[in-house]
Amino acid sequence: MKFMLLLNAPRGTGDWDIFSWAPEDFQRHVAHLKRLGQELRDAGELVSTEGLVGPSQARIVRAGRDGAPEVTDGPFAESKEFLAGYWIVDVDTPQRAYEIAARQSSAPGPGGRPLNTPVEVRELMSNVPASDA
Amino acid sequence: MTVPAAQVETLLRELAPQVLGAVLRRHRDFAAAEDAVQEALLAAATRWPADGVPDNPRGWLIQVASRRLIDQVRADVARRRREEEIASEEPAAPGPGEATAGPDDTLLLLFMCCHPALTRPSAIALTLRAVGGLTTAEIASAFLVPEATMAQRISRAKQRIKSSGVPFQMPTADEQAERLGAVLHVLYLVFNEGYVTTAGPDLQRRDLAIEAIRLARIVHRLLPDHSEVAGLLALMLLTDARRGARTGPDGELIPLDRQDRSRWDRAAIAEGTALVEAALARGQVGVYQLQAAIAAVHDEAARADDTDWAQILALYGLLARMTDNPMVALNRAVAAAMVHGPAAGLALLEPLDADPRLAGHHRLHAVRAHLLEKAGDRDAAIAAYRAAAEQTSSRPERDYLTTQAARLAAERA
Repeated sequence: MKFMLLLNAPRGTGDWDIFSWAPEDFQRHVAHLKRLGQELRDAGELVSTEGLVGPSQARIVRAGRDGAPEVTDGPFAESKEFLAGYWIVDVDTPQRAYEIAARQSSAPGPGGRPLNTPVEVRELMSNVPASDA
Repeated sequence: MTVPAAQVETLLRELAPQVLGAVLRRHRDFAAAEDAVQEALLAAATRWPADGVPDNPRGWLIQVASRRLIDQVRADVARRRREEEIASEEPAAPGPGEATAGPDDTLLLLFMCCHPALTRPSAIALTLRAVGGLTTAEIASAFLVPEATMAQRISRAKQRIKSSGVPFQMPTADEQAERLGAVLHVLYLVFNEGYVTTAGPDLQRRDLAIEAIRLARIVHRLLPDHSEVAGLLALMLLTDARRGARTGPDGELIPLDRQDRSRWDRAAIAEGTALVEAALARGQVGVYQLQAAIAAVHDEAARADDTDWAQILALYGLLARMTDNPMVALNRAVAAAMVHGPAAGLALLEPLDADPRLAGHHRLHAVRAHLLEKAGDRDAAIAAYRAAAEQTSSRPERDYLTTQAARLAAERA
């Protein structure tokens, strides 16, 4: 079963909080996630992963008159956290997906303390109906 | 003396698992043995169409693969000697009896690939690779994961078998029943993955159903007297026979009672029915035979209204005594509703709410919705259809369930 893990990151004043960290804190954080990514690759569990550019670059688009795009610039005051990226994993059980999400959530932040950021875990829809046997 | 390349390809496909099994009996390294067999197959595919097929093609392939493997081991040993100056034992060259290894090696290989140390997804991948001869890219695309991901999964599975230290030999009589059960389950799962394919980007998944049937045929040929092997092959044929009628032009699901039965595959139905009748007559009844028998009753009905639901209900009764699979209990409730009315079916669903395997499961909601609709309780049916649509992770099912809820809601308005 495939799950999408949506990683949220705390936002500072309009952009990632992470941009204001000390360099060693940043490196530790990145190294933690890279190591996890390699582990999942080696285990044959990683389907894909992508990171997103900072929230200051985000735009909200709605279709306006005649379907023309109406673009709103950030920052978007309503959220303290912002989607930072996603991972898609193919695992045997939901429990395994939760374990992976917990590893992501515990990525170290300032001073090496785990961030414990929320990770949203969603199962992917498949095109496979159950058998009718 | 040239031979059509397609004919050579078919022959090689059948021989590949036998050759791999024979080579593995001597050399325990799964990955190295597979590489050597691949090289031998490649050599045969290039030479046989022009030179003709040798008298003993299996022996030829085993010889070539063993030689490649020994060359490889020698090279590794020489390198290690140079690097570390330690001697290592070389495997013996294959004896004359080796080339006579038979189709039993395919079975041996299946037992190994469906080893208890492996998770089901790993066993499925390894079986398709080593026994089915599918490429890693084909398997990856069938399971919609990147090739690198599938390659890692397969290589891990081989490592796991190697480190488990299980000897590559026929399991004892006691073990065989259990291991064969695992093999049948793996083939059943492969079939289901492929059978449910609708259209479009997933079309290659269809190959999985064809492959599962091909492998089940091989096992049936090797164990013709085994009733459950025959039962599984029959179940696959009787289910696959409905494939052409099971989805609409846009890939939407069409339930059994609304399928165009003229599109069912009569030849597959006849073959499956004969298989399951012969198997049941032997008296060793099992779950695959019973499921095949149920599929046969459905397939025999010219119209949905002609379905012999009393017989289906009786068969589900037998099946429920052999397995505690909650899906069987669900289907039995549907059959009971068809024979004794929706209230009887709904009553059978009551105790299933307490089953943790089914609590909140979309199939339980979907069956209840269907029976509530039959009972005329439209509001409750709408709620149950919606609950099922929310729980399912299958897009075609979600679309079907959502449509049912919307249809009932529109009737009410």
